[in-house]
Amino acid sequence: MSDTRLAVAKTYKLFVGGAFPRSESGRSYPVTDRKGRFLANAAQASRKDVREAVAAARKAFAPWSGATAHNRGQVLYRVAEMLEARREEFVAEVTAAEGIPAKRAQVAVDAAIDRWVWYAGWTDKVATVLGAANPVSGPYFCFSVPEPTGVVGVLAPQSSALLGLVSVVAPVIATGNTCVVLASEERPLPAITLAEVLATSDVPGGVVNVLTGRTAELAPWLASHSDVNALDLAGAPGELRADLERSAADTVKRVLRAPVTEPDWARQPDISRLRAFLETKTVWHPTGI
Amino acid sequence: MGVPSTTVSTVADGAGPALPASLADTIRDDAALRRFLHGLPGVDQVGLEQRVAGLATRSIKKAAKLWAIDTAIRMVDLTTLEGADTPGKVRSLCAKARRPDPERPEVPQVAAVCVYPDLVEVAVAELAGTNIGIASVATAFPSGRASRGVKLADTRYAVAAGATEVDMVIDRGAFLSGRYGEVFDEIVAVRQACGEAHLKVILETGELATYDNVRRASWLALLAGADFIKTSTGKVSPAATLPVTHLMLQAVRDWREQTGQVRGVKPAGGIRTTKDAIRYLVAVHEVAGPAWLHPDRFRFGASSLLNDLLMQRRTQLEGHYSGPDYVTVD
Repeated sequence: MSDTRLAVAKTYKLFVGGAFPRSESGRSYPVTDRKGRFLANAAQASRKDVREAVAAARKAFAPWSGATAHNRGQVLYRVAEMLEARREEFVAEVTAAEGIPAKRAQVAVDAAIDRWVWYAGWTDKVATVLGAANPVSGPYFCFSVPEPTGVVGVLAPQSSALLGLVSVVAPVIATGNTCVVLASEERPLPAITLAEVLATSDVPGGVVNVLTGRTAELAPWLASHSDVNALDLAGAPGELRADLERSAADTVKRVLRAPVTEPDWARQPDISRLRAFLETKTVWHPTGI
Repeated sequence: MGVPSTTVSTVADGAGPALPASLADTIRDDAALRRFLHGLPGVDQVGLEQRVAGLATRSIKKAAKLWAIDTAIRMVDLTTLEGADTPGKVRSLCAKARRPDPERPEVPQVAAVCVYPDLVEVAVAELAGTNIGIASVATAFPSGRASRGVKLADTRYAVAAGATEVDMVIDRGAFLSGRYGEVFDEIVAVRQACGEAHLKVILETGELATYDNVRRASWLALLAGADFIKTSTGKVSPAATLPVTHLMLQAVRDWREQTGQVRGVKPAGGIRTTKDAIRYLVAVHEVAGPAWLHPDRFRFGASSLLNDLLMQRRTQLEGHYSGPDYVTVD
């Protein structure tokens, strides 16, 4: 019987506002492995999908940034738990997407899960490390507190389909930002599977929005969008970077530059990615008289 | 049939220009009015909704979209009807009505601001010297549950304070229990209390239950002398919908054909995006005709819509998406 069974193929769609819509444009594009063998069709997002995703991220920002750091940490741990449960699936997808042996893919997936846990731990420590009670000469308390920047546009790394993606997304949402992620153009499938994990853990809809499609087509719309507060250029094509930075400057976005060649994502990170999308708010408070 | 004993007497002298004989006859007494309203053709619900859905798929782009956005801005009745309204809030609303986008002085002004009667004075002072209308809700808005005397006093108060347009609510309870004459008389009485001011009659279609009722209420309001028929108060869900607006546009179109008089339509409540607004404009164009694409004949009762129109306008002109950080918060 099992010989005659037709396999049920997965339809890879976008992840916007907690739902999985197809692209508004109705387009899709074939995704192949390193050897050119067909893997699946992925949705090819349009500028209007970018617009919808930004609107969803904006809507999710107030509750997500307003949640307590402890709560955000718990939610991110939950994501790691879900990742762990679907480990085998991710190993298979990363193997196919990156064309690496299953052993190395397994290492990458494990590193991605550990990375997620690492950033989950940082949610309630960031304020202590990056904030301060400033000594001032006057009858005031003076506090500096890190606050999330807002909606962050993330151009995910092009080659590291899962570990790279986790390494750029987790620090953004750990501090209370929401994001619109353009997944790796050639290797988008693990990103959508990660979106399924996010949808089934406790991450509120809209906190992470994942778009698949042509980076060169979508990135300029994200960079010029007035309602996006910051831009992570991790996976931006080299020739586009200057233009992206220029249009990001028009609306005074915070831009995180990235080296042209992708870094080794397996290296243990520091908190620079957490710090990149934080604003420092300083308040003066009179002491009791 | 338990036809109530209200008199439909004030009609001929109250409803403005004379009606053609066929219509004048219908408001002779309660029974005639009832016969007329129940004799209106029934609404084909499926057909109506299909037609509306079909029109909503029209794609309006580029120059046409820019024109539609500016037209929609001109049609906005910028509204604040909250229990927490203050003179300060009305003042900032008026400033926004005068110059919707401070960075772009070429953006047209809105049609009117719409406030509660006690805040009309503030709006009058703020809008002196402009062509922006001052609309006031009246007649125990939004429920309409008060005695006739109170409703008329409410209307006179608003007009005395300087309102140029009055938005009244009909007594839905009376309408739904079939006391059409009572509703009719009330509209006529308010019409007279309005004096020079324009009268918009709110049908509150969200409470009327059927499309047939919406059609009847529209004709009832038109017969009683409404200058505009308005869908909703904005306090009941569903508020304005496209099918309901469609029916009301049909009513004013047919009214024009039968009497030669021009009446307007105002959907209000729940219209928040430019996309929605453009769908309404398409409906206006297709049902009532291009002549109705004018603030004298079609209005949007809205508050947050204006911000979205301004953002879309910027998007069209600047070539990239705009955000709420670039419009005024209200």
